[in-house]
Amino acid sequence: MSQQYPALIVIVPLLAAFIISAAGWVNKRLCFPVAVAALSVATYSSIGLLLRVLDQGVVLYKLGGWDPPWGIAYYVDHLNGLVLVVVSAVALINLIASKKIIEQEFPEKTGPFYTLYVLMVTGLLGIVVTGDAFNLYVLLEIASLTGYGLLAMGGGRGPLAALNYLYMGTIGACFYLLGIGYLYIVTGSLNMVDIAGILPSLYQSKAVLTAFIICMVGVWLKMAFFPLHAWLPNAYTYAPSASSSLIAPLMTKVMIYVMIRLILTVFTPQFSFTILAVNESIVWLAVIAIVMGAVLALAERNLKKMLTYIIIAEVGYMVGGAWLGNRAGMTGAILHIVNDALMTLCVFLVVGNIVYKIKGYAFDDLKGLFRKMPFTMGAFVVGALSIIGVPPTCGFFSKWYLISGGIAAGHYGFVAALLFSSLVNVVLFFRIIELGYFEPFSDHHGHNHHPEPIDEAPLSMLVPLIIVAAGLVVVGMYTGDIVTRIIDFAIPAGIV
Amino acid sequence: MGDLIQTIIAKYNYWIYITLMMIGLYAMIAKNNLVKKIVGMGIFQTAIILFYVSIGAKRGATIPILEHGHGEQGHEISSHMVHAVDYINPLPHVLMLTAIVVAVATLGVALALAIRVYNRYNTLEEDEILEQIREK
Repeated sequence: MSQQYPALIVIVPLLAAFIISAAGWVNKRLCFPVAVAALSVATYSSIGLLLRVLDQGVVLYKLGGWDPPWGIAYYVDHLNGLVLVVVSAVALINLIASKKIIEQEFPEKTGPFYTLYVLMVTGLLGIVVTGDAFNLYVLLEIASLTGYGLLAMGGGRGPLAALNYLYMGTIGACFYLLGIGYLYIVTGSLNMVDIAGILPSLYQSKAVLTAFIICMVGVWLKMAFFPLHAWLPNAYTYAPSASSSLIAPLMTKVMIYVMIRLILTVFTPQFSFTILAVNESIVWLAVIAIVMGAVLALAERNLKKMLTYIIIAEVGYMVGGAWLGNRAGMTGAILHIVNDALMTLCVFLVVGNIVYKIKGYAFDDLKGLFRKMPFTMGAFVVGALSIIGVPPTCGFFSKWYLISGGIAAGHYGFVAALLFSSLVNVVLFFRIIELGYFEPFSDHHGHNHHPEPIDEAPLSMLVPLIIVAAGLVVVGMYTGDIVTRIIDFAIPAGIV
Repeated sequence: MGDLIQTIIAKYNYWIYITLMMIGLYAMIAKNNLVKKIVGMGIFQTAIILFYVSIGAKRGATIPILEHGHGEQGHEISSHMVHAVDYINPLPHVLMLTAIVVAVATLGVALALAIRVYNRYNTLEEDEILEQIREK
């Protein structure tokens, strides 16, 4: 059984998606338990797989028993073992937390929603687990297509925003496919490890250079790296709460994983960092992304949209950290994948709870919320502190690694951008905390109610949120273990 | 000049795919109508499919099936040495079957979203939609 974990991670949610779709016709109440069961199996397998990787090293799984260069191989090392656990756990927690709000927002369409949800998680887990470059493209499209559906489900401006995302997302995925095509021309292989073995003699080839650039641009489009970010804010803001709290933490983070995988495994650090020598300029791009994300977030008067711009700044952190080209920066980037997934999940679940009770997320709706929803807002404060980077929350530690990476690389622009963004985050979040704590609650008719009774979101939404908020602190406490036991092994020895 | 023409003719498949890709990209960026943008997206994807198909093609080669398969006449293979030059590469073509399926699915999702947009705004022209959004 445990030998089959890599396959189970993808196959169980895939089959469950079909079962949910069928169950939706029979009885809508069956959908939710099936979805939870499928994602629980995926989470359990991911954890089991990570433990096996920690114990025995890299796990190679040959689908259908075909040997690697010919068949599709699933290749799990410390890097994607860690990301798998994060993706499956975030998806499972969000599913449980979102049950009530899904039923509130579209009671008629719960069946299709759970189908798309589980299918999207299949795609994301597949992207992370696969060791085949073309297979990655297919799974990327599975995740993207279901993502467009999930984002458009809310109605309102959602479909238009999702359509714009679809245009950009398709260009991104096509660029990635084109890059893989160039790699295939020169190497004749699609297996990542195999390509990495063939490439060294071709490092001077223009085709390899083109492949690298095109792949990177495609992946950057998908992760909303600054100049290519325009689709993200609207798509995430106008989506239903349950979709945005799944996609916002995971999609961009998984694409960053793909970028790191391309840098480390396919093209190898020697090519990416030494031969190309473009680190400096890409880190400067990341600096611009961080600064612009922060500035654009300042201009927003709407909680959810503000958070989407913070995501754009966070993408800048991770791209910059990965391209610093030293060990501390790469550690920071990988650690930040974990932390940012949790932080984003936390604040977006808070938005979900607020929407469930208040039906709005503009700044004016947030007045007096601390009295009305103390636990939700308490979790929000923890998430906010983590995004700002206050110890002992986990956000502090990844930022620490990123900053020390920046200093080690002598890239003070990056360090300054990180500090600037932290300061802006302080302003952003304290503005909301001030609104929530000191302003009296007012409903949509403008009447002020002074002594507002506690009116919290239901327990099924509150408990997962508090678990995530506590998780932020716990992950922060165990950062040392995560780095020394997992991330250190994920980074090849060549990077100092 | 003669060299340039030589390069273009020798690698004409790449020039065609890049031209098509740019036409698609232009339509996606510059067109105002949402469905025209979707058509541009289709051209863009088709360009990449053609690129893959063209790298697998080979002049004067045949389908990659061995006439004298393995089995009892296994020893004969040595007399019928397999010359890779005589066969086209099937893999890029097979990959493109998947990519075509993906392209069709994307087209379907895009058109479904366009219908939803039309139902809400009663138009598919982007500037009119933006105007309606601004008025609210």
